[in-house]
Amino acid sequence: MQKKLIVSMSPHIHTPRTVSGTMWNVVVALLPALAVALWTFGLPALTVTAVSIATCLLTEWAIDRLLFRRACTLSDGSAMVTALLLAFNLPSILPWWMVVIGGIVAIGIGKMSFGGLGCNIWNPALVGRVFLLISFPAAMTTWPEGVGSGMLPISGASADASSGATLLASLNSGQATAGSVDLMDLAVGQMNGSLGEVGSIAILLGLAYMLIMRIVSWHIPVAVLGSAALFSWALGGNPLLDLLAGGLMLGACFMATDYATSPMTRTGQIIYGVMIGVITIIIRRFGAYPEGVSFAILLMNSFTPLINRYCRPAIFGAAERRKTA
Amino acid sequence: MSIKTFRKGGIHPDADKLTADCMPERTPLADKLTIMLSQSIGAPSQPVVAAGAHVAAGELIAKAGGFVGSNIHSPCAGTVKKIEPARTPQGLWQNAIIIVPDAEQPEPQFAGRGDAEIQALTPADIIAIVAEAGIVGLGGATFPTHVKLSLPPGKKADTIILNGAECEPYLTCDDVLMRTRAREIIAGARLMKKATGAGRVIAGVEENKPEAIKAIREAAAGIPDVEVTVLKKKYPQGSEKQLIQACTGRVVPAGGLPVDAGAIVDNVATAYAVWEAVALGKPLYERIVTVTGPNLEGRGNYIVAVGTPLETIINDIGGLPDDTEKVVCGGPMMGKAASTLDSPSTKGLSGVLVLPESMAMRRKPDPCIRCARCVEVCPMGLEPYMLAQLGGHKRWADAATRGVANCLECGCCSYICPSSRPILDFIRLAKAESRKLKK
Repeated sequence: MQKKLIVSMSPHIHTPRTVSGTMWNVVVALLPALAVALWTFGLPALTVTAVSIATCLLTEWAIDRLLFRRACTLSDGSAMVTALLLAFNLPSILPWWMVVIGGIVAIGIGKMSFGGLGCNIWNPALVGRVFLLISFPAAMTTWPEGVGSGMLPISGASADASSGATLLASLNSGQATAGSVDLMDLAVGQMNGSLGEVGSIAILLGLAYMLIMRIVSWHIPVAVLGSAALFSWALGGNPLLDLLAGGLMLGACFMATDYATSPMTRTGQIIYGVMIGVITIIIRRFGAYPEGVSFAILLMNSFTPLINRYCRPAIFGAAERRKTA
Repeated sequence: MSIKTFRKGGIHPDADKLTADCMPERTPLADKLTIMLSQSIGAPSQPVVAAGAHVAAGELIAKAGGFVGSNIHSPCAGTVKKIEPARTPQGLWQNAIIIVPDAEQPEPQFAGRGDAEIQALTPADIIAIVAEAGIVGLGGATFPTHVKLSLPPGKKADTIILNGAECEPYLTCDDVLMRTRAREIIAGARLMKKATGAGRVIAGVEENKPEAIKAIREAAAGIPDVEVTVLKKKYPQGSEKQLIQACTGRVVPAGGLPVDAGAIVDNVATAYAVWEAVALGKPLYERIVTVTGPNLEGRGNYIVAVGTPLETIINDIGGLPDDTEKVVCGGPMMGKAASTLDSPSTKGLSGVLVLPESMAMRRKPDPCIRCARCVEVCPMGLEPYMLAQLGGHKRWADAATRGVANCLECGCCSYICPSSRPILDFIRLAKAESRKLKK
């Protein structure tokens, strides 16, 4: 009796990369920023993060098992990424039940209602954040006073405005001026804001890790940050301040680069990134909200299918064919 | 010397050239040779011998079934037992000539040609010799070489590209041939240059074969019309259109042939076969086959007579390892999995890859996360994720407008997909179905 052989179509070898490996690597890339958040905001940051993780994972599990009646998809790590990113987009003193609502909306509506991983049109964590921002505008813009848990006393504008406003809000309302800001403090996380907004250097560290592991390419982050800086400068602002304050760094490195909601070609990714940068600055300068990154990313997420339609790769030899035809 | 490559896409799988230092050895003749009548693309060959006939080594046993077709010769002295359908490794039944070799195998005698005689050959003479010798593209495509050398009217080629890229992981048959037969390969390429009226030969070899590069450089030294190009190790470097771009910078128009970019691409093993046919008068009835696998102990490069059952090849070198679950004919990227091992080798068989259980099964697919890696690696500038989706929804016409016909089936998209999606399977389906639409 001859041995039975397995038959399949080529190729017969495969990259060692997997979806879950990729997602868990993103989680690793988020850890430095999480550490900075804990250092800056202390225990409340941990509570928000833990509640967000618990809600997101539980929501995905429940929808998988009870609604879709399929195998649980938690092990692919994408719910964990969404949970961390949602927490990074919330103030540390947000009531826990609001975090729960955010988590349910992010996973339930932002992701699972479209069919789950890879099918969503908008970044799930941002769907959760914007839902909360519109539903609970006051709570979502109330920040801890003085950010007392930090080992260093907070300096710069936000400390002067002891109401605990974010730097961008203070700048917007004229309570602070660009001149009174210590950019170094912004870079290492000594400022007020959502959990993940504060540690620019930690975020860049995470980006560097993702670039080295080839999880993301440089195109989107560079396009977002470059265009925001350039546009800010063109409007007479301080580009560095716009880069370091608020959620731009987090958005450019971790939210705009989300695979499912960003374009498929390099050209498309650059157009998408540039537009996010420009829209962010427009909202910051002219909009009612002091912060515009989430809206900019969600807006451009909506344009991604259109960008994919018009920014196709050039087929090998197509130009030569037109020449000869 | 700069290292050249194609511009768009490509992947870097582990080379796993486990047999790179195994010089070719001849395997013993099998008890029974099953010579398929379809050894090349085109019409199956017509047998010219009947059951019971005695044939000598190198004797014509089947002639080309059409212009696109090829002659077939007996690899040994023996008796034609019968002509009956036999199974290809992929499980298709095709007619084959069964030959039982004689116990005594006299050294085959062929009428060779001296240097002066070779010099005097006209292009038409060379093409006739190549056609007579049944030479087909040995890189795996098995396109009849005499057809390739007969340029369509109005077309001109100025460059013969000698394909020594061997970008498929595991395969080393071209590598060892270049190391041991560099002079003959260059001579064969120059014969093809003469046959087509081209002005130069460019030999392209991937950088991970330093010995072969050295040998080919030495063989080409002092010959003004032969250039050697070192290519980057990147798959699919040895694909015709990609190789032409790497070696000449020219781009074959979409839907066009290499000759539209003034180039003809031939594998190094094909060039060697051309030299053998012209200089030695020996037809193509054996070739080097890389028999390899991560756990295969007797792995190496073997000179195998066409028609030798795969089982015989493997048993002669010590048999299959116990953990074998899959056997691939060719390389791991484009080779075809064999369903049965009593099928014979053919002229197009470059390798037999024996894979253990851990490499035999595909991973369970995850949902597409739109990471765009397939778009990034596609050497043809297609959108594999989209073509696969259209294929899944049977939208053949949409797949056609998105250029599915350009797909090389190189497998980069399926290889790179972190979700292990069967991208290429659906693209093949869409390609085949959309071709039917046009008719």
